[in-house]
Amino acid sequence: MIFVVTAFLFSAIVLYFLLGGADFGAGIIELFTSQKNKQNTRQTSYHAIGPIWEANHMWLIIAVVIMFVGFPVVYSTMCTYLHIPMLIMLLGITARGTAFAFRNYDAIKGAHTQKIYNRVFVYSSFVTPLFLGIIAGSAVSRQIDLHATSFLDAYIFSWLNYFSVAVGLFTVALSGYLAAIYLIGEADNEHDVRRFILKARIMNIFAVVFGGLVFLASEVENIHLARWIFGNPVSLTAVIAASVSLAASWILINKGKRKIIRIGAGFQVTMILLAVGYMHWPYLLMVKGGQNLSLFAYQAPEKTITDLGLGLLIGSLLILPSLFYLYYSFQKNR
Amino acid sequence: MNDFLAARSQMAISLGFHIIYSCIGMVMPVFMAISHYKWIKTSEPVYKNITQAWSKGVAIFFATGAVSGTILSFELGLLWPKFMEHAGPIFGMPFSLEGVAFFIEAIALGFFLYGWNRFNKWFHWITGIMVGVSGIASGILVVSANSWMNSPAGFDYINGQYLNIDPIKAMFNGSWFSEALHMTIAAFSATGFAVAGIHALMIARKQNVLFHTKAFKIAIVFGAIAAILQPLSGDISAKNAAEKQPAKLAAMEAYFHTQPYSPLTIGGIPDTIHKKVNYGIEIPGLLSFLVYDNFKQPVKGLDTIPIKNQPPIAVTHIAFEIMIAIGSTMMLVGILYFIAIWKKRSWLSKKWFLNLFILSTPFGFIAVEAGWTVTEVGRQPWIIQGVMRTSEAVTPMPGIQYSFYLFTAVYLILSIAVVFLLSRQIKMVPELYDRKTEPELT
Repeated sequence: MIFVVTAFLFSAIVLYFLLGGADFGAGIIELFTSQKNKQNTRQTSYHAIGPIWEANHMWLIIAVVIMFVGFPVVYSTMCTYLHIPMLIMLLGITARGTAFAFRNYDAIKGAHTQKIYNRVFVYSSFVTPLFLGIIAGSAVSRQIDLHATSFLDAYIFSWLNYFSVAVGLFTVALSGYLAAIYLIGEADNEHDVRRFILKARIMNIFAVVFGGLVFLASEVENIHLARWIFGNPVSLTAVIAASVSLAASWILINKGKRKIIRIGAGFQVTMILLAVGYMHWPYLLMVKGGQNLSLFAYQAPEKTITDLGLGLLIGSLLILPSLFYLYYSFQKNR
Repeated sequence: MNDFLAARSQMAISLGFHIIYSCIGMVMPVFMAISHYKWIKTSEPVYKNITQAWSKGVAIFFATGAVSGTILSFELGLLWPKFMEHAGPIFGMPFSLEGVAFFIEAIALGFFLYGWNRFNKWFHWITGIMVGVSGIASGILVVSANSWMNSPAGFDYINGQYLNIDPIKAMFNGSWFSEALHMTIAAFSATGFAVAGIHALMIARKQNVLFHTKAFKIAIVFGAIAAILQPLSGDISAKNAAEKQPAKLAAMEAYFHTQPYSPLTIGGIPDTIHKKVNYGIEIPGLLSFLVYDNFKQPVKGLDTIPIKNQPPIAVTHIAFEIMIAIGSTMMLVGILYFIAIWKKRSWLSKKWFLNLFILSTPFGFIAVEAGWTVTEVGRQPWIIQGVMRTSEAVTPMPGIQYSFYLFTAVYLILSIAVVFLLSRQIKMVPELYDRKTEPELT
């Protein structure tokens, strides 16, 4: 059953990255949209993510619950040493979710109040994935020092380093990329389609640049990401697959094949996550001095894992069909 | 402010706000579904208008409740890592099921809010019902997790080790039923009274009277029935506390000295130094009767509990008294409502009668906060009753006071924003929801 639970954990993280990421990305795209096109972008993303955004964020809850029920020591260690970035991420999630809901459900659409909601929405859409990336980067950066004695070493430098920040920026670019790809299919006029294609390309370039930065930063921080990734066949294959699909989507994006490029973008990001996930599997948390916290060594007792696995299996029977029907129902021109 | 107090305060603030958002978020969909049902059955436009107006409220509260719930699920680990490290695998089952219920609620809400004129009307109606059902299920599951902290079960605690863990037994611990029942009824009565109070205010102001009268009626029927049932569930809870948490019960009643014909003290200010209650009214034998159904059997007093294991007595007692006073008032107001609809229909349009409900608007939520204070403060100094102290669970990170200030500010801003948005929704009822022609809404 431990494999079922870890599979759910990995899937929840991937799905949150894809769906939640695309959601944050909608705000990032809006942030980088010129004033005259902002209203169009807002309209498109309202129709595209309005019905589904709440559900997209549930994957985070599922991941957290699996963490604290199934892998409590890993969870509590992360919560202790990455307290500050988690706090900022929470503020971001709060600001973003409420601003998105409030701007749609304010009965009086006043220019001034809408401006406030919009500002909060776009900036928090940027900050939240940045810190999600920082948290993810820090978890494997070996910068968490369980024996640190000073506040800075224990609670600041655990996450404030070149590598984690580079991973954060990479996450932002990927989120924006996912959103732009999604919005291409949701736009209702040719002008917007062109705009979102351009955005997707820019975000893609950013993703490649920040991805390069991640490798560079890993060398600075002595993490040697390149050696890890290219040193095992699974990660290597995944990285090659991601690069191929990147090149393919660059060509296909103009052909208006919205389904294929969506699948391609999703595949690309999944491959990146697979590459890093496999690379240090089963260590979810890698700390200074090499005492890595393995998911297997620190799993909850047998009975808990069994019950958790059963709960997740039964739960997914309820969730997945209704979730698919939700996506299906609210697709444009289904 | 030391870090421990700051962590406790931050948790209290977070729960204190979340409990309001989530009560409304789980009960309003039920009201909405009733009104929706009436619209489908009668085709009276007013019911469609009420459904749509309420659905905006649900959307606002769901969004706020969802983010504040996300904050809480992280705060458990951020503030109490040692607690989660040991408790996670034991009491996590209801949380994982709650994750499922919450997910279904979010999906159903997407269907409902954006599904007007898109689906078969009964399918659409059922998605609304599902929002309510999964919301209530989430509430029950979360409370079940909390009840485990009050009456831990499903493991053996041997030499500081948590052994033989059984998450299902932990979920169905000795307090889960009484606590879940009490909280669910409280949610209905508090939300019912709050919603009814706001509509009563609009009736009194003679705005969109038909709309607000119909809305008032749906809300108050639930609120009143729940308020009348609540003392019964309170009795079950008190008996349960006597068995599982004698210290909490004794602190609630500010009952210092174990004695036969144990008295019930109404009101008063506990004096913990002289171990007595000033200015309270003592009714001999009543506490024995409430706990054991006979007047003689002694109830365990605070003198049977070492000082270091006692909760703060004054806070627990006063919060308990507030809850009882308000709960009783709400029950009386609820009874008056039923007298009015059965015997005295003329009351319904009387100014004093409407004022009664306008005045009662916040009562339910004050009682909910007071009751929650009793549950949480009454369990101190334990985070897991009798097993782990709250002070042992707190994060080692210093400077928690700043995060407390920050989150207090966040919750205040959120609450101001929610009140602002609701008032704008209410203000726009004549334009958006209750026009002569069919309103056009997305």
